Amino acid sequence: MSGTDFLTTRFDTAVGWARKFSLFHYPFITACCGMEYMSTACAHFDIDRFGAGLTRFSPRQADLLLVVGTVSHKLAPVLKTVYEQMVEPKWVIAFGACAVSGGIYQNYAAVQGIDRIIPVDVYIPGCPPRPEMVLDGLLKLQEKIQKQPQDWRWRRKT
Amino acid sequence: MEKENLIEEIRKRFPAEIESDIETLGDQILVVRREGLIAVMSGLRAAPFDYAVLLDLTCVDFLATENRFEMVYHLFSLSRNRRLRIKASLPAEAPVVDSLVGLWKNADWLEREVFDMFGVGFMGHPDLRRILMYEGFEGHPLRKSYPWRKEQPLIPMKD
Amino acid sequence: MESRIQKEARPDTMLLNMGPSHPAMHGTFRIMLELEGEKILNAEVEIGYLHRGFEKTCENKTYFNLLPYTDRLNYVSPQINNLGYAMTMEKMLGIAVPERAQQIRVLMSELSRVSDHLTCLAAMAMENGAFTVFLYMMKAREFLWDVIEFTSGSRMTTSYIRIGGVRADLSEGWRDSVRTAVVETRRVLKDVHGLLDKNQIFLNRTRGIGAISKEDALSYGWTGPCLRSTGTLYDVRKAQPYLIYDRLDFDVPLGEHGDNYDRYMVRMREMEQSLWLIEQVAGLIEDKKPRAKAEEIEPTEAVRIGRLQKPLQKIRLSPNLEGSEKERYPEILTGDAPVAVPPKEDTYTTMEGLISHFLFFMKGYGIRPPKGDVYFSVEGGNGEVGFYIVSDGTDRPYRLHLRAPCFHIISAIEQLIRGRFVADIVPTFGSMNMIGGELDR
Repeated sequence: MSGTDFLTTRFDTAVGWARKFSLFHYPFITACCGMEYMSTACAHFDIDRFGAGLTRFSPRQADLLLVVGTVSHKLAPVLKTVYEQMVEPKWVIAFGACAVSGGIYQNYAAVQGIDRIIPVDVYIPGCPPRPEMVLDGLLKLQEKIQKQPQDWRWRRKT
Repeated sequence: MEKENLIEEIRKRFPAEIESDIETLGDQILVVRREGLIAVMSGLRAAPFDYAVLLDLTCVDFLATENRFEMVYHLFSLSRNRRLRIKASLPAEAPVVDSLVGLWKNADWLEREVFDMFGVGFMGHPDLRRILMYEGFEGHPLRKSYPWRKEQPLIPMKD
Repeated sequence: MESRIQKEARPDTMLLNMGPSHPAMHGTFRIMLELEGEKILNAEVEIGYLHRGFEKTCENKTYFNLLPYTDRLNYVSPQINNLGYAMTMEKMLGIAVPERAQQIRVLMSELSRVSDHLTCLAAMAMENGAFTVFLYMMKAREFLWDVIEFTSGSRMTTSYIRIGGVRADLSEGWRDSVRTAVVETRRVLKDVHGLLDKNQIFLNRTRGIGAISKEDALSYGWTGPCLRSTGTLYDVRKAQPYLIYDRLDFDVPLGEHGDNYDRYMVRMREMEQSLWLIEQVAGLIEDKKPRAKAEEIEPTEAVRIGRLQKPLQKIRLSPNLEGSEKERYPEILTGDAPVAVPPKEDTYTTMEGLISHFLFFMKGYGIRPPKGDVYFSVEGGNGEVGFYIVSDGTDRPYRLHLRAPCFHIISAIEQLIRGRFVADIVPTFGSMNMIGGELDR
């Protein structure tokens, strides 16, 4: 990408490093996966050791939206509103089979995967996923954040 | 009063409203005409039958038959530790029945759910509107005529 | 669309929405409040945000296939829902379950009940500010889930209790894991009693708040710990004993005022009773000799030998199937009727076994109860969990209805919070243990 050189890539790496180890997540909890989220966040399978432990209970203060559990059609507008209230940069993790693809609920009531409503970065399958899987998904998201380049088009010469 | 006499006592009290009684798998069932439902329910709630708890209120959709909907009520008597199931059939053209809100307070939400899922009307209900589905949802999902997988999204879905 | 509260509200009051996505709303629950300062004049509750079409789905799945859907109803105590469904089907089919399976079922039910109460009180305490209680109780819950995981393979939604018995026998070393779980949970309960019982802040937030009278509770159809907190003795395990509860010794704790503090205390005492039940059942269950793994042969080898003679050694199965070998079947699954998956040794090595396997799973075959309807209920974490199944003789239920205990409990919440302050909603709602999967089905 033009405009990038050694300094900008170092800057990107530094910003990526800072962002990935200071994730503030907003747990949009609906269903059974919420129990595994509680396990992941608590002392046994601590999510805090990856820097993502502080739960922000307002989407305006969060940068990671954890959609945990089934999203029904009644809840879909709420999810979209919450997503739009978040400020860039923001990432979304679809936690659990119901958020990934509707899970076992293929009927009139459940949204068949939240990527029909909002863009998703990491999908964590499982019904419910084990806490180790959640942490694996979180690490993959951290890799993605590390590699995310900034927008350097303003530095393009001529 | 003993269990064997219970059904006879109830039938003696409400001879016109009760159509039949069945006992299957240890459960007592009374089939009631829908016009007499309120009378039977108030009588059962009071002494000496003491069915103080309305455990459940639901509906079954028999699509093929003339009496399409069948309301099923489960009553429980705490003092006598006895259960009773009451059924009342409703025709397909006018599925309306009396509301039990005056007798048991949980009938409010239970009847709203039956209205939402089956489209059965309840006369005398203070606030009959959808409870589980959203405004703008057309149709009644648990009817046999509603397709299982027909989604009605509230916001546009990407594919 | 104007909601009812918007139409009824006075023009000088404030309308506040505690929306469906809220940390204290246990998932998805919406309360719309009409406030004058902090005082609640009117409240309207909206549910249905987790309606997943359980009952309609069940009409399109076979009786065996819909078992995982029952797990996800009350998802903090999934084995109890499995049990309710399995026992309703057993009542309809008229089959008896072997003794060991009943004992294992009681063990799993009580482990589920303890984890249900732990989750409820942990969430309630955390929302009131006692974060330590939340962490302690989650730690105890991990030990309980370890026991469930060693036997059934999954921590939470297990589909372990099946129609006719249980899926597999208890794992080796289950006694140690049960002992660890009970000891750790007792330790945690002792700590929590010390932290919350006489804590002035907790008492101020829960004593006298959210109180309900006995008559109102019965009129609303309350059951379970919330009803028992008003002083009414009704426990399905005592009133209509199922499994082996009539032979076990346990008390049913009762409250007095029906307020939040009583609901908290009833749940704490019930956990102690459940731990005592777990110890009793663990004493009743006999130990089994472990299989000698070295002598086992592969299924293909068994088929080759079986052409000329019956193989003498046992057949090696996948480690996932540990506990569900053919020799365990008479103890864990009923022999009355073919309601369970045929043993894998037969399926892999004999033609008749393979055919019976297919006939169990194929659409149109499998479990086909006689025409009729049945209702059966068990004591869940929230109260009486009842299943009403209407069968028309085919392999799918014609109608399956769940009597959800927290549906009735939550229908009273508007009455309980009216006239109180906004801050009182949190302990009241937390002590009622709303579980979205059960409330909205």
